[in-house]
Amino acid sequence: MPAKNVIVYSTPTCPYCIQVKEYLKSKNIPFTDYNVATDIEARNAMVQKSGQLGVPVIEVDGEIVVGFNRSKLDQLLS
Amino acid sequence: MESKRERELIIIGAGPAGMTAAVYAARKQLDTLVITKDVGGQALWSSDIQNYLGFTFITGAELVKRFEEHVRSFGVAVEYSSVTKVSSVDDSFEVVTEDNRRFLARALIVSSGKSPRTLNVPGEKEFLGRGVAYCATCDAPLFAGKNVAVVGGGNSGLDAAVQLMRICPHVYIIEVADQLRGDEAIQNTVLRADNVTVLTGTTVKEIRGDSFVRSVVVQDVHTNNIRELDVEGVFVEIGLSPNSDFVKDVVKLNKWREIPVDCGARTGVPGLFAAGDVTDVPQKQIICAAGDGAKAALGAYSYLVRRPVPTDWLKSQ
Repeated sequence: MPAKNVIVYSTPTCPYCIQVKEYLKSKNIPFTDYNVATDIEARNAMVQKSGQLGVPVIEVDGEIVVGFNRSKLDQLLS
Repeated sequence: MESKRERELIIIGAGPAGMTAAVYAARKQLDTLVITKDVGGQALWSSDIQNYLGFTFITGAELVKRFEEHVRSFGVAVEYSSVTKVSSVDDSFEVVTEDNRRFLARALIVSSGKSPRTLNVPGEKEFLGRGVAYCATCDAPLFAGKNVAVVGGGNSGLDAAVQLMRICPHVYIIEVADQLRGDEAIQNTVLRADNVTVLTGTTVKEIRGDSFVRSVVVQDVHTNNIRELDVEGVFVEIGLSPNSDFVKDVVKLNKWREIPVDCGARTGVPGLFAAGDVTDVPQKQIICAAGDGAKAALGAYSYLVRRPVPTDWLKSQ
């Protein structure tokens, strides 16, 4: 099965963002991390996809999870 | 979906109190389940911890990570869900989660901590994550270049204002009292900034917008004058309230909705213990919460093995 495309939109200071990234690393799931504090283009993409201005936002194969919601994230990753 | 197996102990919440309780329960080999929405609680939000022994300096995120690894090393079962209700069933407790699952245990530790207090004004819920924010540390950078309001003139509100005034054209601080309440040093930093307007004696009436926040409606408490401020962000920093609603039918809360406990983390309800910021223990400190979590787990163990510490034991020492 091909690996899922996982994107994390985060800010460096947000503790939940740190937790999401640690969680993905602990499960050996590769992901692309966009720092939306500085990357305006990524920030706009995040707002457009999630309708939200808050981090973290996680995208798994086009599906959006707002906040570090482990059970929802696990569902999408399984 | 129901999980009918009765466990010995359920711990609600995985902040410093709940995680310490989990380690103590595991070492006592209690059949334990932790049910929690997230991991770390308020400790996670601290950027600078210098008073947790063993670390001269550590961030909340790093300390929580170590706590979590420590708990995991004992193999304690964890369910990630919010608890919506606790009730007494015979000699046990039934815990219901937001996804309507039911869990049973003979003893219960409530260590669900506190959450940011809400304003309870029109627009607040609707615009959550769409301009309304409760975590400046997380979301402040997203508001660069936008005018914003911070509600609350205590230390956390002023902290948020300091982060925002560096990146936003204009920051309003809205405080209901007639003066700011934060430490003088941070007050001075805020008052010296030429892009900060402090509105004391002012309450928030409504948050308005379209798909995102566009303004906040405020009222002067003395003159009743109403103003609408053009802002795209509202940071709510008006303190914390205990996550205790789900347990209110089982134990009597105090007037701040905290769970009263004695020095052994007992609530007065047999088998029900509480620890950390959700209790009436006045010291809202990580190390105190951790200690209270240990007391609660040891208390639960004593309760479960029906070997309460005899009261005459202390007298004989």
